[in-house]
Amino acid sequence: MSQRIPVTELADSFRGRAAVALADDQLRTNFRVAMDSLMQKRADAFPDADEREGLRELGNHIKARALSRLPELLEQLEARLTANGVKVHWAETTEEANRIVHSIIASRNGTQVVKGKSMVSEEMEMNDYLAERDIECLESDMGEYIVQLDGEKPSHIIMPAIHKNRFQIARLFHDKLGVEETEDVNELIQIGRRTLRQKFLEADVGVSGVNFAVAETGTLLLVENEGNGRMSTTVPPVHIAVTGIEKVVENLRDVVPLVSLLTRSALGQPITTYVNLISGPRKPDELDGPEEVHLVLLDNGRSGAFADAQMRQTLNCIRCGACMNHCPVYTRVGGHTYGEVYPGPIGKIITPHMVGLHKVPDHPSASSLCGACGEVCPVKIPIPEMLRRLRQENVKSPAEQPKVKDGGAKYSRKERAIWRLWAWLNTSPVIYRLFLWGATRFRKLTPKNVGPWTDHHTAPVPARRSLHDLARAHLNQGDPS
Amino acid sequence: MSARGNILDKLRAGLAGSVPRPDHFDERLVTEPWQYAPGDRIAQLRSLMEAVQTEVHQLASARWPAKVQELLESRGLANLLYAPATGHGARLAEHWQAAGARPRLLAYDRPAEQWKEELFWKVDASLTGTAGGVAATGSLVLCPDRHEPRLMSLLPPLHIALLKASQIEDNLYAMMHKQDWAAGLPTNLLLVSGPSKTADIEQVLAYGAHGPRELVVLILEDA
Repeated sequence: MSQRIPVTELADSFRGRAAVALADDQLRTNFRVAMDSLMQKRADAFPDADEREGLRELGNHIKARALSRLPELLEQLEARLTANGVKVHWAETTEEANRIVHSIIASRNGTQVVKGKSMVSEEMEMNDYLAERDIECLESDMGEYIVQLDGEKPSHIIMPAIHKNRFQIARLFHDKLGVEETEDVNELIQIGRRTLRQKFLEADVGVSGVNFAVAETGTLLLVENEGNGRMSTTVPPVHIAVTGIEKVVENLRDVVPLVSLLTRSALGQPITTYVNLISGPRKPDELDGPEEVHLVLLDNGRSGAFADAQMRQTLNCIRCGACMNHCPVYTRVGGHTYGEVYPGPIGKIITPHMVGLHKVPDHPSASSLCGACGEVCPVKIPIPEMLRRLRQENVKSPAEQPKVKDGGAKYSRKERAIWRLWAWLNTSPVIYRLFLWGATRFRKLTPKNVGPWTDHHTAPVPARRSLHDLARAHLNQGDPS
Repeated sequence: MSARGNILDKLRAGLAGSVPRPDHFDERLVTEPWQYAPGDRIAQLRSLMEAVQTEVHQLASARWPAKVQELLESRGLANLLYAPATGHGARLAEHWQAAGARPRLLAYDRPAEQWKEELFWKVDASLTGTAGGVAATGSLVLCPDRHEPRLMSLLPPLHIALLKASQIEDNLYAMMHKQDWAAGLPTNLLLVSGPSKTADIEQVLAYGAHGPRELVVLILEDA
């Protein structure tokens, strides 16, 4: 099942994709309805504002504490997991991580892989990598399965198929699975259940992500509602978990507030149906569970973000998706417009470290800086602040040594010269007055077309008299000119 | 240099000159809002579990085997997967024999690989014990082991779980402490808070995604 993904392969810009998405009424309705409902569910899950704020503060503290000791916690996690019988692998790049995963599968002569939901495996484009090596890697989360069946990528990190409605899914199942077309959601889910159950049974290897890795006990914690995560980590003889190096926490008790923040922020649920704590492979006398468990720890730009004390806060993220649910931009343009694995506000601040600003030059500015994302973030990442920082890094000249990967992607000498001129004009009193005099007298001569601004606005025309002028007149009760 | 060495070196360089943050875990934040009078604990657990379509019954422990039989027979189910080497498994088998119950008992007594097809497609229901319950979130704690394996609570469309009333704790933090999880966890520990579900299509809630479609909890009031 080889699939090349149409959306990200488009040689198009954020702006181009946004224009297409904004003109798609169905897409906009699908997102609007879903985001409104997710926002309401989150609000209902936190009825007590004091409780919520206390917990967010604690969540932030736990993540910041873990990051302040990250190297030793990773070593501790590795030591505990190894003692428990789990094999730990490290990968600096997605290519390395894919090679590790492939070699584990190849060592078992595996040809069929089932995957629980994992955003890190999306970063790796693991499905494509394995497909090119004749290994079928099937998504088993219902939303991910739907998206994969249609050769697409997820448009939301929690609700991968949120851009589709039931009619689109009914047609998809009919076309791809040859089943009778039904628009009954329960029936559609049962079709998915039957199809995937056979795949779980046959699979040689199960792949999953990790929500939290506990250094203290050597435990991988996964949350989910469907049971596909449990299937993927229990049925096949080999379980490979892939995760980013930032997912480690110090103590088992740290996951109590984090899980609560995660499920309430993401879905408005007090807890997910399953919280699955895996601390080792099947013991010799046990009757089920995987014989081998592997953990692949992936860097992929995270250590670059870590090097900068401000950008390090991006690694607090627990992947709840609340920032996108509350983002006025995301709600209107949808997840695919971002063209990368992580959409929405969190995507805008973590993607540059992974792929470089050259690839996502418009990400930092695709925001109104309304602040909603920062307000709802369960671990208090100051997202708007980081977007402003990325905007600065984005226009730095090479001499200014930008701190973010491919910083200075939008640096322009011309723009820099214009700003310098503007600063000079505003800081030299004589020139400023001369400019004002000219601008008010010759206001009719201002251009009617000033670039992108006039695509959606009327061109600005200076007033007949400046504010200085009017104020002076008011104070002198006379006409100064 | 290995990937491991490179990653750790980069992280250490990033931390140069900084000190680890102190541990200010305020446990009140995860306990105080989630405390219940002993009489309200079961009601809290019930209301949350019932909100996600879990069927809950409270009964005296002498009555549970008959209740299990009734649950199966009223649904017309053909068989029940159970763990013969556990205390409750033995009691179930005893009752089944004495009552002449119709549904066939399937003992999970051999590796899953030896009867995968049957486990996946032919089992109607399962009965397991639990290691306790959490009132604040409406959750069961399951510690599958060699006698009561992991797939018992995952594959059958109906999962029946026994919960001792005395093992219900207010919140997850209290449960973790009471059972001293930090001292060492089993290979797999689960919190189960309802039947399997999904809202991946238009956010419409559908039960029975990949795991059990139905979860029945029998709370043993005197145990």
